[in-house]
Amino acid sequence: MSATTFAVENNLLRSTTMSSARLRHAYLTETKFECLRALRAPAFAIPFLLLPLVLYVLFGVFLAGSMSKGDSTIAKIMLVNWAVFGVMGPGMFGFGMFVATERGQGLLTLKRALPMPPAAYLFSKLIMAMLFSAIVMATLVVAAAVLGHPGFSAGQYIGIYLLDVLGSLPFCAVGLFIGTRASAKSAPAFANLAYLPFMHLGGLFYPLPKSVQPLEFFSPAFYLDKLALRLVGAPSLDQLAMGATGPSSHATPVMCVAVLAAVTLLCVGLSIRRLARVG
Amino acid sequence: MKEAMKQATKDDRLSDCDYLAELKGVSKRFGSVVALDGIDLQVRPGELLAVLGPNGAGKSTAISLLLGLQQPDAGSARLLGRSPLLLAARRSIGVMMQEVALSPELRVREQIELVASYYPDPLSPDAAMEMTRTTALGGRPYGKLSGGQKRQVQFAMAVVGRPRLLFLDEPTVGLDLPSREMMWAMVRELVSAGASIVLTTHYLEEAESLADRVVVLAKGRVIASGTVREIRGIVGHKRIACSTSLSAELIASWPGVQTVSCERGRMQITASNAETVVKRLVVADADFQDLEVRSAGLAEAFTELTQESVHESTQEVAS
Repeated sequence: MSATTFAVENNLLRSTTMSSARLRHAYLTETKFECLRALRAPAFAIPFLLLPLVLYVLFGVFLAGSMSKGDSTIAKIMLVNWAVFGVMGPGMFGFGMFVATERGQGLLTLKRALPMPPAAYLFSKLIMAMLFSAIVMATLVVAAAVLGHPGFSAGQYIGIYLLDVLGSLPFCAVGLFIGTRASAKSAPAFANLAYLPFMHLGGLFYPLPKSVQPLEFFSPAFYLDKLALRLVGAPSLDQLAMGATGPSSHATPVMCVAVLAAVTLLCVGLSIRRLARVG
Repeated sequence: MKEAMKQATKDDRLSDCDYLAELKGVSKRFGSVVALDGIDLQVRPGELLAVLGPNGAGKSTAISLLLGLQQPDAGSARLLGRSPLLLAARRSIGVMMQEVALSPELRVREQIELVASYYPDPLSPDAAMEMTRTTALGGRPYGKLSGGQKRQVQFAMAVVGRPRLLFLDEPTVGLDLPSREMMWAMVRELVSAGASIVLTTHYLEEAESLADRVVVLAKGRVIASGTVREIRGIVGHKRIACSTSLSAELIASWPGVQTVSCERGRMQITASNAETVVKRLVVADADFQDLEVRSAGLAEAFTELTQESVHESTQEVAS
């Protein structure tokens, strides 16, 4: 009977060291099931996978297209901006809600008691959020090529694809920060409390009035957007609206990368400290 | 097998520790609440140790310390001779926790496969399911299972790593009688296969049915420990209270008397043969009065320390 299977070697010297293959297997298995369960959760998968595509096609392609009269600048900006919107959600909500729920409902405690490699926990969620971002970006790029016609070269498509998938990192970090502090019930509210201002102050949907523009500096979305726009050589909505006078909020690429990296490191650092101390 | 032995470094050997898990002089407080007050607790190879105690006795805290989920304020916690914070130490344990919500979207086999991936040399998910009678549930999403089925699956997750030491926290809470008996049978099977188990439970009968050794906690202290037989022995004792002019030393020398203490002018005696002791008291002391004889037992020990109604629990022991 199977109890004998259990007994084999049980009282003998048994290794408690993991071969590197076993360790890799642990990371892969954790990641596989984290992705699977996120894809299987309709409340998470449907809004974050479909919404960016639907909104981009509706507003970025048809509405903006009907107003731009063949000028591809608007088409460029629309794809870049909706792509930033698309990669914000999975990271912020994936980490924010899942970590808070798992902390609140004992799953994280169980995994901390089990010999789960601690880094596998964060790694699996990171890959899950990046997978979602990659799927979103793929749908947006296809929709742009077929409907949006921003006139990007293949290199530019690949460039913003990689930039935005990688650019989901700071949003994962902010989500993680929320998830390690908020309760399971309050996490979606707190995630929204960050998500909405990030989105609107990022200057993604409309040019901001000059008086509000300094607030853009508080939104990580603003920096990612700036980087992506520069990559494809398009102006921001602010710049487009203000013409020659230019917007008050300038950010060089180096500054953008530095801010995004700083947000990521700060949030991850504070979260890991919290996870180690409180769980 | 030979290969496994080769792989095992000196670090992995149990030879330098006699206990699979040990708390040594451990204290832990949360704010002003003392959860554990200098307790010692050992889990020996091959035994099923039941940790009993009322709510708030410190059971969960003791287990958390052994699992490395919390750090003791004083004293030390060891798992297989090492710090429970080390992954390598925890690779020898399996855990079943009381209140845990697993991802409802994952299927039963997937949950088990995930936990198996944490261990160097686990059972296959199929073997773990066969062993825990959960094979039929394998393809079902965890969220669609009944409460009892979820407990069975958690049990499968606890054994899949082929742990030397299993922590089962209230494994049968919420189970109906047949499921509970099935769980007990599986636990016995594991022990006979060489695993050691730490079982926390509210149910005295569960401990009696399964445990080799019992530790009773109350208010963060170990108030009784011993084999089930020894603990039963305590339950079989009677407690005599009376006013007498005889000295405690004299009474303590009588046969059958276990403990004697004088509290607030009243003599408190525990004895296995209360009737004989009472007869001797009557003969030896003319001033003997205020006699009271009660059953002494686990439940009584709980209540004395937790200051609940003594009367109720004495009846509980009797029933």
